[in-house]
Amino acid sequence: MNEIWAGIQAAFRLIVTLDPDLVQITLRSLQVSLSALVIASAIALPLGTWLAIRRFRFRRLTIATLNALMGLPPVVVGLIVYLLLSRSGPFGVLGLLFTPTAMIIAQVIIITPLIASITHQAMRELWAEYHDLLISLNTTKRQRIWTLIRDGRRTLLTAALAGFGRAIGEVGAIMIVGGNIDNATRVLTTAIALETGKGDFTLALGLGFVLIALALLVNFAIHALSRTEREGRW
Amino acid sequence: MIRILTAILILIGVQVRAETLRLAVTTSFHNSGLSDVLLPAIQRDTGIEVQLLVVGTGQAIRLGEAGDVDAVLVHSRKAEEAFVEGGFGTHRREIMYNDFVFVGPSLDPADIANAGDAVTALKRIAQTKAPFVSRGDDSGTHKKELSLWAAAELAPEQSGRWYNAVGAGMGASLNTASGLEAYIMADRASWLNFGNKQDLELLFSGDPALFNQYAFIPVNSARHAHVKSDAVMRLETWLTSPVARELINGYKIAGEPLFTFNATP
Amino acid sequence: MVKHPMSVELEQAIITRRGTQLLGPIDLSLSGTGFTIVLGPNGAGKTSLLKVLHGVTRLSSGRVRWSVPDKEAREAQAYVFQKPIMLRRSVRQNLAFPLQLLNFPKAEIAERVTHWSGRIGLEDALNRPATRLSGGEQQKLALARALIREPQVLFLDEPCANLDGRSTLEIEKLLLAASTAGTRIIMTTHDLGQARRLASDVVFLLNGKVREQATAQDFFSAQQTEEAQAFLNGDIIE
Repeated sequence: MNEIWAGIQAAFRLIVTLDPDLVQITLRSLQVSLSALVIASAIALPLGTWLAIRRFRFRRLTIATLNALMGLPPVVVGLIVYLLLSRSGPFGVLGLLFTPTAMIIAQVIIITPLIASITHQAMRELWAEYHDLLISLNTTKRQRIWTLIRDGRRTLLTAALAGFGRAIGEVGAIMIVGGNIDNATRVLTTAIALETGKGDFTLALGLGFVLIALALLVNFAIHALSRTEREGRW
Repeated sequence: MIRILTAILILIGVQVRAETLRLAVTTSFHNSGLSDVLLPAIQRDTGIEVQLLVVGTGQAIRLGEAGDVDAVLVHSRKAEEAFVEGGFGTHRREIMYNDFVFVGPSLDPADIANAGDAVTALKRIAQTKAPFVSRGDDSGTHKKELSLWAAAELAPEQSGRWYNAVGAGMGASLNTASGLEAYIMADRASWLNFGNKQDLELLFSGDPALFNQYAFIPVNSARHAHVKSDAVMRLETWLTSPVARELINGYKIAGEPLFTFNATP
Repeated sequence: MVKHPMSVELEQAIITRRGTQLLGPIDLSLSGTGFTIVLGPNGAGKTSLLKVLHGVTRLSSGRVRWSVPDKEAREAQAYVFQKPIMLRRSVRQNLAFPLQLLNFPKAEIAERVTHWSGRIGLEDALNRPATRLSGGEQQKLALARALIREPQVLFLDEPCANLDGRSTLEIEKLLLAASTAGTRIIMTTHDLGQARRLASDVVFLLNGKVREQATAQDFFSAQQTEEAQAFLNGDIIE
């Protein structure tokens, strides 16, 4: 109990004094996870919607695969990305291992199936609801997808948020592919792992509270953003 | 689509920062806090930003073999020599040493405080079957511990529940030991810097068998062309210089010196 | 410009699903203006017939032929589903949607939205979410959304099922006005009273086939088949 209290105090102190290391680590966490979120959303939102609308031969298989990938342990993803990006691996020439880019790649792989799967479920429901109307109005494929994305944007936002939450709280994969290098690839979660390893629970907890606060903040921000839309009250 | 992605990746990948160099070091070295003193001095004197990958010796060697780092600074002589012989490293340069200590519950049920030497201490722990935590992660510390068990002619992995191989870094293993009130072998630096000691105490140290030699090995650029041999050479020169000697010998935690510089010019 | 009313023909139209014949074979010709009511017991194929004519359900064999090219025909039609489908948007946006799909100019859209929201008495609810309207309001909105493109042909599937008398009356008024304005209306209903009030001609379906097609006057006064007679008497027929 004492340690939790000390952790809260440490977090408070770090934030109030705008500890330069903390600021840098936090910004890097945001940079990595938001980049991963944008890329993953660009892939997963259209993919999930497409899976909900189109009927094709391997659709069920694709969806099952997607759901299975959702449960992929991040460390495994990390290990595979590590082996691919290692100098001795197929993409070694790019020299990406132990860079923020490598961490973004790993996180994209981890959260894309999650976002796509949630999107698919939500879109399938909406498509069932709208199907007859959109067919009757002789809409083009593009108009259909656009209508679904527009009217399903609340759920899509939720899907993206779930992805972000998983990305920013992830430690196993980015530890492996980022290497937790001070001033280069250290983010909140890996810093927490490091401090825990040193037995410095106070600082680890402090960073943990910063992480929680950050996740809450981003959630509120996105929520507030969606509220500003007049017709967004769904 | 794939082409665009690749282009973006390359763009991000080649963003050049100040001259950087990747050095794989062991957890025990990093946990000592010495790197916090050395790295700024290195940057100031040579202009090189050293990026540390803090891993176990086993993984450090692997990183060097794959060419994912430019040099390694580790402490496991056999592995180091194999690394150089395999053509992965150019040569092995001894830099400094510190020592390992035995840590355990303050009541010391195995009475290792009066053991006399490291091997006797381990024998007493095995006899009383007092809980013992091992790194179990193929690290330099782990290998050292195994060699001591071998010297004591014991095979603790087979001898029961009191021996816990946790497969984790030094700090995490110390956390486990303090939770189990178990004995553990740790490097002195990690122990002094460890924040969660609880009932653990330093019980035995000083046997020369417990000395822990650190060596610097540049990764072979004949094998990995992208290795920054030039910067590595400058780093090696710095690490063996009088400036480094002063910083290393002068580094203290709680008034105790940790490392002894022993590089030959 | 005088619009010639579109006409449509079904030739040997058949729908088969999993080996069972759901509809047909049907040969049917609908032309001119007016109010066609499709009657028949549950499962006779009324909804299927409407969807086939509208082009949203595909035939297993046979063909549907409109007097104008398919794309033109589809854009000149509208369909109101038995259970109104509300977009998860405001009333205003629901009304504007079919026009936006055809890239109508904004001013024109605004004008028509104002007009039609007034016609259905929802002018004060334009910014309300359509899904929060009552059943009657939703049905009226669906009807207005169908009429806002000023279709030449309007299909309605049981537009007044589950509605109270007042809402039914309002919808019938809107339909009569649309019919007077030249929209061809083809609808199904369970309500024989409604059929009598509205129909100019009747198609009577049984077991997926057309049993009778006649003017409303002929059909209600002198049915040609026993089944039609039984149906109008309220007997259960198969």
